Amino acid sequence: MKTNSVNPKEDIQAIREIMERSSKFMLLNSWAGFFAGTCALIGAAVVWFGVLESGALHYDEFLCTVGGSPLNSVTIGLGTVALIVLLLAGVAAIWFSYRKAQKAGQKFWTSSTKRVLAHLLIPIVSGGIFVLILVSRNQIDLVASAMLIFYGLALVNAGKFTSGEIHYLGMAEIAVGLLAGVFASYGLVFWALGFGLLHLVYGVVMWMRYER
Amino acid sequence: MKNPIANLQKVFESRIRLGIMSALMVNDTLDFNALKELLELTDGNLASHLKALEQQEIIVVSKQFVGRKPSTTYRATEQGKDLFRQHLAALEQLIGNQ
Repeated sequence: MKTNSVNPKEDIQAIREIMERSSKFMLLNSWAGFFAGTCALIGAAVVWFGVLESGALHYDEFLCTVGGSPLNSVTIGLGTVALIVLLLAGVAAIWFSYRKAQKAGQKFWTSSTKRVLAHLLIPIVSGGIFVLILVSRNQIDLVASAMLIFYGLALVNAGKFTSGEIHYLGMAEIAVGLLAGVFASYGLVFWALGFGLLHLVYGVVMWMRYER
Repeated sequence: MKNPIANLQKVFESRIRLGIMSALMVNDTLDFNALKELLELTDGNLASHLKALEQQEIIVVSKQFVGRKPSTTYRATEQGKDLFRQHLAALEQLIGNQ
């Protein structure tokens, strides 16, 4: 490394590169979006055709009439699918980011990675606990709404430390989540829209902007 | 026209010090290990450059304990940020003149 000669162009490039690398988590990519979106859509289909028996069990009627224990085959089915989708999408996002770091010869576990994760996890974990509280009180009609809103808040929170697209994805998730609260009987539809379609849109935007 | 070279700061002629300062311009504070990873330097090399920046009051050092582990964090001073901005402006002017 040349240390004592002035080369303004290289110096400015180095400054810019270090500022980017030290402040923002830039490893998220379109694959994470495509994968998360696909998982969520498959998950929603499994719920519709499997757990709710193609609509034979009406989402809203079932939610109104269910009484007694909050744990029954339907809530367990919904919960398992949601958990699997969350885990698959999360692990995939980390894996695609890790691979991108490796390809670019960058380190993965840096302070910006930790910061983004911490800012994501605080709203997500509180949201998860809140969802469990809703389920324990048989307020299942608001679960989809709560998941989307807390996830959106997590993205907006983490968006300050990553590329700007995450911020807008978060805002969109919050909007869909609020609509899911108003039209509570269509929770599953909004869930598929928010976790499925929006992630696919995110994937397309990232691909068009940075990876094409 | 004033010669932009006059605004170049000697302290930032080293690419390593330039790197340390770039990182501290966009992060309020960074600890030693974060800087080390970011700039891919050895402990001794990084420490000597940090010392030089500290002596010129471009950065300040604070030491505290996180649990039982000592942690040293670095922050750019206002004066340091001003010098860096002058240096950056001079670099940009040099490119413009070429």
